[in-house]
Amino acid sequence: MGLKDKLDQLRQQGLTEVKASSDLNKINDIRVKMLGKKGPITEVLRGMRELSAEERPKIGQFANEVRDDLTNAIEAKRSELEQAKINAQLEHEKLDVTLPGNTVPQGQPHVIQQIIDQLVDLFIGMGYEVAIGDEVEEDHYNFEMLNLPKDHPARDMQDTFYVTPEILMRTQTSPMQARMLEQHDFTKGPLKMVSPGKVYRRDTDDATHSHQFHQVEGMVIGKHITMADLKGTLEVVAQELFGDELDVRLRPSYFPFTEPSVEADITCFNCHGRGCAICKQTGWIEVLGAGMTHPNVLKMASVDPEVYGGFAFGLGPDRFAMLKYGVEDIRDFYQNDVRFLTQFNQKG
Amino acid sequence: MKVSYQWLQEYLDLPEKPADLAERIARISVDINDVYSPSDGLTKLVVGHVDSIKPHPDSDHLTLCQVNIGTADDVQIVCGAPNIAAAKNVIVALPGARIGNNIKIKRSKMRGELSEGMICALQEIGFGEQIAPKAYEEGIWFLPAEATPGEPVFPYLGMDDTIIDTDVTPNRGDMFSMLGNVNDIAAFYGLTSKFKPLLVQESADQQTADLVSVQIDDKKIAPTYKMRVISDVQIKDSPLWLQIRLWNAGIRPINNVVDVTNYILLKYGQPLHSFDYDKLPAKNIGVRFAQQDEPFVTLDENKRDLSSDDVVVTAGDHPVALAGTMGGLETAISNQTTSVALESAIFDPVLIRKQARRHDLHSESSSRFERGINPETSEIALNEAAQLIAQLGTGKVATGIVTGSQKPATPIEISLTLARINHVLGTELSAVEVQDIFERLAFKCINNDDTFLVSVPARRWDISIEADLLEEIARIYGYDKIPSTLPAQTSNIGGLSQQQKWVRASRHVLEGLGLNQAISYSLTTVTEAQQFEIKRHATPMELDYPMSQDHVATRMSLISGLLTDLAYNTARKQVDVSLYEQGRIFVPVGKNKRPQEQEHIAGAITGQFSAKTWHHEAQMADFYLIKGIVAQYLANMAVKNAVSYVASNERSEMHPGRTANIFVGETLVGYVGQIHPQTAKQYKIGATYVFELNLDKIMAEPKKPRHYQMISKYPTITRDIALLVDENITNESILDVINDKGGAYLTDVTLFDVYEGSHLPAHKKSLAYTLTYQDKEGTLVEEKVNQAFDKVIKQLMDKLNVEVR
Repeated sequence: MGLKDKLDQLRQQGLTEVKASSDLNKINDIRVKMLGKKGPITEVLRGMRELSAEERPKIGQFANEVRDDLTNAIEAKRSELEQAKINAQLEHEKLDVTLPGNTVPQGQPHVIQQIIDQLVDLFIGMGYEVAIGDEVEEDHYNFEMLNLPKDHPARDMQDTFYVTPEILMRTQTSPMQARMLEQHDFTKGPLKMVSPGKVYRRDTDDATHSHQFHQVEGMVIGKHITMADLKGTLEVVAQELFGDELDVRLRPSYFPFTEPSVEADITCFNCHGRGCAICKQTGWIEVLGAGMTHPNVLKMASVDPEVYGGFAFGLGPDRFAMLKYGVEDIRDFYQNDVRFLTQFNQKG
Repeated sequence: MKVSYQWLQEYLDLPEKPADLAERIARISVDINDVYSPSDGLTKLVVGHVDSIKPHPDSDHLTLCQVNIGTADDVQIVCGAPNIAAAKNVIVALPGARIGNNIKIKRSKMRGELSEGMICALQEIGFGEQIAPKAYEEGIWFLPAEATPGEPVFPYLGMDDTIIDTDVTPNRGDMFSMLGNVNDIAAFYGLTSKFKPLLVQESADQQTADLVSVQIDDKKIAPTYKMRVISDVQIKDSPLWLQIRLWNAGIRPINNVVDVTNYILLKYGQPLHSFDYDKLPAKNIGVRFAQQDEPFVTLDENKRDLSSDDVVVTAGDHPVALAGTMGGLETAISNQTTSVALESAIFDPVLIRKQARRHDLHSESSSRFERGINPETSEIALNEAAQLIAQLGTGKVATGIVTGSQKPATPIEISLTLARINHVLGTELSAVEVQDIFERLAFKCINNDDTFLVSVPARRWDISIEADLLEEIARIYGYDKIPSTLPAQTSNIGGLSQQQKWVRASRHVLEGLGLNQAISYSLTTVTEAQQFEIKRHATPMELDYPMSQDHVATRMSLISGLLTDLAYNTARKQVDVSLYEQGRIFVPVGKNKRPQEQEHIAGAITGQFSAKTWHHEAQMADFYLIKGIVAQYLANMAVKNAVSYVASNERSEMHPGRTANIFVGETLVGYVGQIHPQTAKQYKIGATYVFELNLDKIMAEPKKPRHYQMISKYPTITRDIALLVDENITNESILDVINDKGGAYLTDVTLFDVYEGSHLPAHKKSLAYTLTYQDKEGTLVEEKVNQAFDKVIKQLMDKLNVEVR
């Protein structure tokens, strides 16, 4: 048998063995056996020196072809087997992806905080500064500077926790109006501020009353601030909170520190104005109080009402949260049942 | 005020239905509480004529009535009312009728006798116990003789009316009268009012001045005081039309004199008081402050001890009425009364308000005096009342009014310009439109080159300055028509202050670390208010007049509130709770001073921090969990000075062995630890871990620079070391030595194991650390690391007597 035939036979034998093999070790064995330094192909090539100079390159070339064929077959087989092995492993690693994921603790902001932050961010976007006031106030700022002298009947509207005759738990965030008016330098432009925080009333706690709740006070005072600006601003607030398909209605109201005073209602989002239990059949829901700042308030803070004027409003985050989420008992906000707190986890 | 639509119709040709009118009033005048008809929810109530009655054969109190209900044959109805009588018209609820309280009436048998419906009392068809006339308290109501059997009863009782219940704001006292409502409604519809007073016809026989005299010494407490006398009056029930007016307004009819005073009160908003003239102890009337502890019996038969702030009407200096609030029992109108002394007055609003509060006597009168009274109608109302009493009681009005004081009713003049109106309202109103608004309001208005001089009548005493007129213009023009704009572009840059940013970031960090935000009550008990303070202070600030004993004092820590929250959760079987709170605490700084308010932040964790699942174990709350949260938070707050945790066994509410004070540099900023098991027991909660930080202090600390640190490209080399040490050697003391003597290349020390147990000698523990070395300038060689590592080990052995395991 000539060298060529021998090589051909080796090729056939090798390819058959590769084809028949089914594990990676065996493939490796074949590679070592067939292509190694002590393997038959090397052996055959060693016999080449007996060939003529003419035939030597031909056989040499053929031998290389055989070696390449075998190498390729082995690599192909190895790759195929490796893929199969990986596939088998992947199959083995298959999970029930419907099993629940790990519990990763995540705390939620309080729903009232969420409403306050939403409002504060809205006003920041409109160029308002944020002022945080003290919760224990002087009668002077809580009432007198707001055009509520000692015997004013409107004081009866707000039952007050007094500490001394002159010191009290603030009943409203409005004292920040007076304090900011006193501080503001109007030569630097208008005053635009919001002031969120806790307020206190001497009330018995029940489903709709709480001795502690929140307000967001707002005020804009400048040389040309109009009631139309107030209306536009309140519409922005109502639509930010409750959706822009709702109408806003202003009604006359009374606050000693604004004149004219208004209350703003929005279309009942539950019945869209047709009348239901939530809006007491009126189609409207009262959401906030506002008005044009009373000249006495400006005067008392040494701001000239002939030159400056503007508006103020008071928003109730507790009421907003109750309306927006259908919370029926205001005490839920302050008892902090973890099942309540964790519900408000929708972001953005 | 309960405003009757039918009564309004007497004065105005109303162009809209009650519900639409109510919407209009809400938008233009005052808020609306409710719009309802007294007949709402009632059906099949008809007039019945009792043809005959006979006793029920099997009952001593029931009566069998043969009743004509407009059908061919009478029906039999069994009636239990003691005042049932033949030949009377009664209210019959037919079978299938709905009566008060949504009760359905059925045909039934009562002790064997058929009853085809029910004969009703007013209380059974929706009248309140306090409104149905007292005379019929125990029995059925009789309809007028001319009522037609079978017809619905509602028109006969005014129950087909619609009531618009308004919520009158403190400034709009004028809206507490029909007159005020008529004026406002006429203004916005542009209607002509048919409202007119009833004129008095005086009897020439008597001069009022001969019968009474009035002397008002202090005109401040009674700016107006007028009196008339009506004699030869017969006291009886008022006619039905008058009773209807009252009960639809929520006032109980009593007799023809008292009812007239209440009717006039509704019509004009002028409260009147009627005295039994003959029972007045003297005929000289005055008004004065009461003497301290002066006794007085009001007509509700309550004996009251007056205070020197109370105002009384006197006769011969003897009190006969608590002015503007309630009359005296002695001089009250009774069935025997024949002469009536009628008072029409204006009292000081503040005095009346305080008096009504003091005696808890809020009446229709006091609520009107508190808001002010129209001085234009005090006399008109007095005349009309006198005339009506005389008409209804066949009496005589003596000639003349005796006047003790008279508040002037002069209009107030205010001028304002068209430019100012449009400047404030943001409108583009014309002078004609403004003029028209004032004409509708019936305010005299002179326009001189777009400057309006407006005379505001005394009936609108809420208006005194320009801003008040702007409100009138805005509301009558219509708030809907005012444009919506935003304040013109200004140079204001909105935003949070640095402090506000830190407070907000603090909340976000703790939420990210797994704590839910709680908002607890700032007012608590004195005991809880002074628990868990970071620094001990004296007693907390207390309220002068608290509402409930649970909310008496301002908190001086946030933790006690969080524990109250945990207790609430625990009581509801929620035992795995992780909370934080950010808020103010109140540190007293002396009597009559406002407390210092500090921003704090605190957390509390009990039970499982992360719940056990099919896939992982529970992570229970423990000291190191909460310390880790605090440490991460402080890292985020990037305080420049070193944070240290120093064991503290001096906090009585805290576990003495599991509490650390937290210092930033030398400043105590808070503490962290487990609450004392006894405290937990008091709060009825399980093992709980807490921290509280003074946020103001943390925010005041210098901050680390916001600088990026280059990551070295050179490799690190680590060495592990396990140390056997005495059990009282702390991690911190070991770290101090390692960090101090670790050499220039030591970049990190991490504790990776702590072991105490049976494999170790008694009172020993093992701590294992990984030390990481790196040369930021070049590749570190093993030799240098070995040298540094050996040095640390030697130092640890020398200084802390450690054994390397």
